[in-house]
Amino acid sequence: MDSIIESFSRALYLILHLDRELLGIIVLSLRVSGTALLAATLIGLPFSALLGFKKFPLRGLIISMLNTFMGLPPVVVGLFVYLLLSRSGPFGFLALLYTPTAMIIAQTILAFPIVASLSHSAIVSVDPIIRQASMTLGATPFQISLNVISEARYGIMSAVMAGFGRVMAEVGAILIVGGNIAGFTRVMTTTIALETDKGNFELALALGIILLSISLLINAALHSIQRKGMVANR
Amino acid sequence: MKLGLRVSHLVKTYNGNEVLKDCSFSFAHPGIYVLTGANGCGKSTFLRICSLLEAPDIGEVIYLDERDTVLHDISLQRRITLVLPKIGLFNTTVFKNISYGLCVRGIKGKEAADRVERVLEFVGLGHKKEQNARTLSSGEAQRVGIARALVIEPDILFLDEPTASIDRKNTEIIETIIHQLKQDNSSVIVMTTHDQAQAQRLADFRMAMTDGKISAS
Repeated sequence: MDSIIESFSRALYLILHLDRELLGIIVLSLRVSGTALLAATLIGLPFSALLGFKKFPLRGLIISMLNTFMGLPPVVVGLFVYLLLSRSGPFGFLALLYTPTAMIIAQTILAFPIVASLSHSAIVSVDPIIRQASMTLGATPFQISLNVISEARYGIMSAVMAGFGRVMAEVGAILIVGGNIAGFTRVMTTTIALETDKGNFELALALGIILLSISLLINAALHSIQRKGMVANR
Repeated sequence: MKLGLRVSHLVKTYNGNEVLKDCSFSFAHPGIYVLTGANGCGKSTFLRICSLLEAPDIGEVIYLDERDTVLHDISLQRRITLVLPKIGLFNTTVFKNISYGLCVRGIKGKEAADRVERVLEFVGLGHKKEQNARTLSSGEAQRVGIARALVIEPDILFLDEPTASIDRKNTEIIETIIHQLKQDNSSVIVMTTHDQAQAQRLADFRMAMTDGKISAS
């Protein structure tokens, strides 16, 4: 018990005296996950709009697959990206394995189904009357779609936040494709795994607390967005 | 007369149930046309087909400019509008709801703001322009729906049961709005109601729908 309390107090000390290395790890985490989320949103949002507005063959199958892939195990994605990027793989010539770019690719694959699937749900659950009202007011089909997306904005924001939560907490994929190289591909979750293995609990705990705080902030933002949306939907 | 409308031999079937059976009518003069009939007799369907929101199974909807037939394209759709019974207000401010029709036509800035302010005053909601439209009472929502349609100055305005689900006070306000529209406007206004007394008060031309057919009454 004493050792846990001691670890905690040392962890707090580390957080209060953030050193350059620790700060670098945090910044890299945010950079990798933030970029992955941006990419997943840029691809996922138009994709979800396409699924929501256009009818085409295999649409139902794609939606089911997206829903299934929301629960993709990160290690499997890591393995898949590893095989693609490894020297003998089809994209080996790019020499991306064990770089932050590889980590971003893996996390984009993880976040994409979440952003796309939840955004799609948000878009299709917009009351059909919005579409009709836009039409009666002279909107073109494209303007109607934009208006429906705008009505779904709170749901879409939740989707993006859920994607961020997923990639920030993930360790399996980035450990495999990033390699946890100090000062280069070492992020919060991989550091926690490594430092725990080494028995260096203070640093692991400090990072755990920071990671939890970031998650807490994200969830608080999510909650307030949803509440704002609900007040207006009464 | 800006735009005329003639519908001929409209037939519309939903799930095997024939709602409109050979419906024909000509809106040849400016003024207020009031269509009455029992609930579910096809009044709304008729309005949705006239306003090009839906296509009939059989029959024609012909828009006329002077004597020329007008193509059913976006520019025609922008000269007519329908206020739906459930309105469909957007989850944003009253002001942005009303300016939407102008925005999609590329009218922005001061001109849009002036026009929105004018119709807001006209429907008596000038003080609510920054409020979220979803928080309005049903009577106010109906007035925003009418304002949203009026701001685009349509040649033909369709109102589907504009006072069906609102209180007496708001009904009076809306009737006054429709009365005023009649005075300063040479457009065609087509509205449905199940309230015979209201039809009597507002109509220049009365229409009745029975068994999926329209008759002038």
